[in-house]
Formats: sequence, C-alpha cells, structure tokens
Amino acid sequence: MSYLDEGHTIKSWLTSTDHKRIAILYAISISVFFFVGGAAATLIRLELATPAGDLVSHDTYNRLFTAHGVIMVWLFLIPSIPSVFGNFLLPLMIGAKDLAFPRLNLLSWYLYVAGGVLVLCALAAGGVDTGWTFYTPYSTMFSNGYVVLTLFGVFVTGFSSILTGLNFIVTVHHLRMPGMGWFRLPLFIWAIYATSLILVLATPVLAMTTLLLVAERLWHIGVFDPALGGDPILFQHLFWFYSHPAVYIMVLPAMGVASEIIPCFARQRIFGYRFMAYAILGIASIGFLVWGHHMFVSGQSMAASMVFSLLSFLVAIPSAIKVFNWTATLYKGSLRFEAPMLYALGFVGLFMIGGLTGLFLASLALDVHLTDTYFVVSHFHYIMVGGTVMAYFGALHFWWPKVTGKLVPDLWARIAAVLIFLGFNFTFFPQYLLGVAGMPRRYHQYPPQFQVLHLLSSAGAVVLAIGYLLPLFYLAWSLRYGQRASANPWDARGLEWETSSPPPTHNFTHPPQLPERVYDYDPTSPRAVAQ
Amino acid sequence: MSAVTMSEQGEAPRLGMWVFLASEFLFFGGLLLAYVYARSHWPEGFAQAGSHTHVVLGTLNTALLLTSSAVIAVAVACAEDYRRWSRRLLWVTFVLGLAFLAVKGLEYWKEWGEHLVPGPDFALHAPGAELFFLLYFLLTGVHTVHMLAGLVVVGTLAGRGAREATHVEVGALYWHFVDIVWIFLYPLLYLVGRAS
Repeated sequence: MSYLDEGHTIKSWLTSTDHKRIAILYAISISVFFFVGGAAATLIRLELATPAGDLVSHDTYNRLFTAHGVIMVWLFLIPSIPSVFGNFLLPLMIGAKDLAFPRLNLLSWYLYVAGGVLVLCALAAGGVDTGWTFYTPYSTMFSNGYVVLTLFGVFVTGFSSILTGLNFIVTVHHLRMPGMGWFRLPLFIWAIYATSLILVLATPVLAMTTLLLVAERLWHIGVFDPALGGDPILFQHLFWFYSHPAVYIMVLPAMGVASEIIPCFARQRIFGYRFMAYAILGIASIGFLVWGHHMFVSGQSMAASMVFSLLSFLVAIPSAIKVFNWTATLYKGSLRFEAPMLYALGFVGLFMIGGLTGLFLASLALDVHLTDTYFVVSHFHYIMVGGTVMAYFGALHFWWPKVTGKLVPDLWARIAAVLIFLGFNFTFFPQYLLGVAGMPRRYHQYPPQFQVLHLLSSAGAVVLAIGYLLPLFYLAWSLRYGQRASANPWDARGLEWETSSPPPTHNFTHPPQLPERVYDYDPTSPRAVAQ
Repeated sequence: MSAVTMSEQGEAPRLGMWVFLASEFLFFGGLLLAYVYARSHWPEGFAQAGSHTHVVLGTLNTALLLTSSAVIAVAVACAEDYRRWSRRLLWVTFVLGLAFLAVKGLEYWKEWGEHLVPGPDFALHAPGAELFFLLYFLLTGVHTVHMLAGLVVVGTLAGRGAREATHVEVGALYWHFVDIVWIFLYPLLYLVGRAS
C-alpha cells in the first residue's frame, strides 16, 4: 500500500508525520505562494511596458516589488527544493524510513504556513514598501507599511528553516543505511546537507536582525537610526550575513538536482564525484564570508571591500568546478533529451551566465557603476530563477513519477521547458543591457530611451508566465489520466528508484540493495544504446 | 530499512541539540555584535548607563545560575543508575531557575521605578545610554525567554521522569547553554561599565 493510500481525509494529511506527505504539503503551499509572487511580478512588468507611471502609483509599485521579493525569497525559493524534494527524497536516498525527527518536521511545515499567513495578512492590510531587504531607514523612519507584521512572518518562517535544517543534518548523520559511507551519498544529499548547515547557522542572525528592527520601530530607539545613536550599516551587515548565504540556500539544492538528472540522461557516471562534494562544501563555507560585497557603495572601508571582493571571486572556483564537471559528464555520454534533462541543461547554462555576471559585481570599480541598476536585478534572477526555479521544475518532472506514480506527458513537458528557457532569457537578458545603460532598479517610470528593452523584457515575461502555467495543467492531467509509472521509469540509479512508485508508507518493503558505487551508469549498456 | 540501532537512537537527539545550540549561538551573536558596535561607538554613554545596573542582583543571579548548572550536571551523572536522585536534582535545578527569574523580575521592577526603561521619561542623558538599556532589555529579555523554555524542559524531565538517560543529558545541554549565555551577559552588562 502506497503512502498516498494511507488515508484520504484532510486530517490524515494535516496530522501526518510521514516525510513524503509533508513534502506534498510543502509543494502545495509553496505553489500557492509562487503564483501570488508571480502575480506581483506580472503587474510590475505590465507597469514597466511604458515609460510613464500609468498603471500603478509609485507607492503601489514599491509595495508590489516588495511583495514579490518577500514572497519569492522566503516563501518560495528558500523552502522550494529543500522542503519539498529534500523532505521527500532524503530518507529514500539514504535508505531510511523517515527523517530523524518526524514530528518536528510536521511542526516545521506549520511554522512555515503560519509565517506565510502573517505575510499574506500584511499584504492584504496594505503591504510593505521597503523592498525585500528592509533596509533602514526605509523600514524604520520612512515606511508607512506593515513592516512589523511582515517581519514577524519572516521571523516565524525562519524557525521553520532552522528546524528543517536541523532535522536534515541529524538524519544524514545517523540514518544512513549500513554500508552507505559519506562518499557514497548522492550529490543531492550532499547539497541538502550543506544547505542545512547554512539554514541552521545563518537564519538565526536574520531572526535577531528582525527582532532589533521591530524593537527600533516599536520603541523608536536607534539601533540602526543615526539620529538616535545607531548605524544603518550595522543593519546591512547583519542582514547580509544571513541573506548572502541565503543565496546558497537557494542554489545549492538546485546544483544537487542537476547532479542527479544529468548523469541519468547522459547514462554516464558523474565526473569528479569527490570534487563535486567538496565544491558544495566549499561554496557553503566561503558563502559565509562574502556578505560585504553587497555594501561596496554603503560606506564600508576600502580594506574591507577589497577582502570581500577577493573572497567573492573565490566562490567562483568551486562553482566553476561544478559547471565543468556537469559538462564533462555529458562528454561521450548517450544523451537523452526528455523534459528533466532540458531543465537541467537550462539550469547549467543560466547558472553559468548568472555566475559570470556575479564576477562583474564582485569587482569593486565595476560594481560602483552597476550597483542598484537592472544589471543586479538580472544577475540574481539568473541565479534564482534561471538556476533554482529551472532546477525545481527539473526535479518536479524527474521525480514526479516517483512521487505520484504517474508519468508526465513528455511532449507537453518539453514544450513548457523550452518556453520557460526562452521566456526567461527574453525577460532578463535585456535587463543586463538596461543596467549597463544606467537604468536604476525600483522605479516605476523611466526615460523613453529605455522603452525598447523594457518592452522586450515584458514581452518575455508573458512567454515565461505561459511556460509556468502549462505544467499546472498537464501535471494535474497526469494525476488523473497519466500512464502508470514503473518503479524506475528513467532507468536511474539511486535508492529512491529501488522502491515502488509511489513508495509504501515506510519507504521500502524489503531492504534495498546498496550498489557498488554511486551513479553507476554505463553509456554502452544495451538500454542506453537502444535509446 | 532504517539502520537505527539502539545506541543511535540516543545519538540523534544529542546531535540535534548540538545543532540547535549552534543555531542559538548565532542568534545571540547578532545581538552581541550590535552591543559591541554600539559600545565602541558610545563608550561614555555605555559606561554611565552600565553603572546603573543592579550589580548585586546580577551577581546573585550569576551564582544561582552557575549553581543550577552544577546541580544539573550531577543530575546527568545520576541519570543512568540513580534515577530518583536524578529527578530530585532536576527539581533543585528547576527551583534555582525560578529563583533566577524572580530576582530578574525584581530587577526589572526596580529599573522601571528608576526610569531606566527606554522611553519618553528615560532618566539618563548621556548619548548612547538609552541604547545601552535597549540592548540590556533585549539581551536579558531574550535570555529570559530561553530560561522559561529551559524551565519547561527541566520541569518536564523532573515531573515525568526521563525514559532514557540521554533525555536528561540533552535537556542539560540546553540548560548549560542558557547558563553560558548569561556568563557572557553578566560582565558585559554589569561589570564593564564599573571598571572604568
């Protein structure tokens, strides 16, 4: 009996401590937030289609991009791959029955939902106009929005992150099946593990920062306000100490997903497995030391800026190792281009562009020109949307048969993948050009010479939106009418494919066979050649 | 199949608590950074404000908390073979924790009376003094919240009796952490201002 048949009432879902069911609870709730955040983005792009501020007022525009940022970062990107696929796959991939603390896992979901509802309440009441970074003094002296309520929502969601990270770390340490050493873990597990370390060590600083901000706002005492004795730069230090590592919370799991999909569809063992694992840990650790590159123009000392610049360049090394190794995995493989592979390849390309433009921003002199322009906007969207969201959709299509027991209609899935890839580039590549030309971010009107590029971007956003909506329909269709999936429809390696699709409640009916080595693919096997 | 052996079942909560404490460490870290920054920015204001804290009560509380940590350490040592003693010692820890909170409450009450709570009629005028007391109330307030959580943990262990010795150990880890935070707060809030 599969975990889906364990009970069909709402209560059986809302009180389940089964990691697979909690993963689905997360999937549903983050999808809701994804579309709310996407709706805000749609309005932003509509407004920017013309140079005049004619669709919404500047105040509404501020609230729209803040809502978009807050929802997408904290309620979608951060929990996306870890909480959905990490939850579903972590125990399966290491041959365990569940996470180490199943009830804590359910609590994490409730905290996440509670935080999300608080943020939605703040939005419904009128929203926030500070930008997702809550920079002081925007958020303390000048904002007339619901800053405290939103921050409280972010605070609560943070505890969900911390508890999830804690649960994952302990699970990886203690619940691996006998014989599964650290260097036999799938790279997805390495990625989730490194992500969890960041969740546990960075999120509490954000929690404290929100507390200080709330204290300043409520009691009008200056921790961050210079007029009252504080320092706004302190806020930026504390905020980015969390929020830069948070970028790696978003992108490391995506790297893990790509490392699972690419070997499977290239029928090739992953190139440089150990380097891949070390690179993940390297990115996670250096990622803690680069937050100052967000503050090159904030009045930080030149010496500090140079150190932060150098460290930021260092992150490029493990990142490049990963890109080279994914590419080397393709070499002489038997490639198949089903939908998950299209997403994974899209991820690698877009992540590379996002990463390389990150180097522009890590260069001190160039950053002065590019700070707070559309170049920055485009750069981080290439990482977070081109990287993380692509990988999220890749994971969705790759593991959908395992999660639901149904196959995805591949033609539709490929169409959506191509649309998303094209739409994404049409939306965000023009923004690099806008940024270089000097278009600042966060304005709802702009000089007419920027209109062509803005219009291209808005038109691309329409394609992107269609690409994101399509899966909603064909995935729903597949739930009802899709072909039944076998235990291992992709002929993939990894313990999660050893059990039935969908898996039974306790994951394995008999102990899985631990393979000789991870990613044991062979490009010359008859099955790969027949493709 | 899960590979949980009996010994590992004890290991998981222990590692879980250590990871949680690492998280807690950084939680307080942010606040301590704010303190260090503000102190270096307003040395006089902080020195003046620091001399208005109640050092006798603070010292008494330090003694109470250090004693409670010693007691709970013995409770851990007894948890395996002397379970009745372990529970009694947990109750002692609980009472010492309550006493700490009572003293802290008295301190807050006195500070309220002396207009040391940041607000319109704040008593001190040196720049930075009000910031000191804001950070004082935040630091001790967040610490008090952790004390309350610790009391729930210790009270539960004492009242119900731990099913396993590791549970006492994990609870004690948390209690020690709350104690260690105080070991940092005590000199920063009560002593430094008086030394100069």
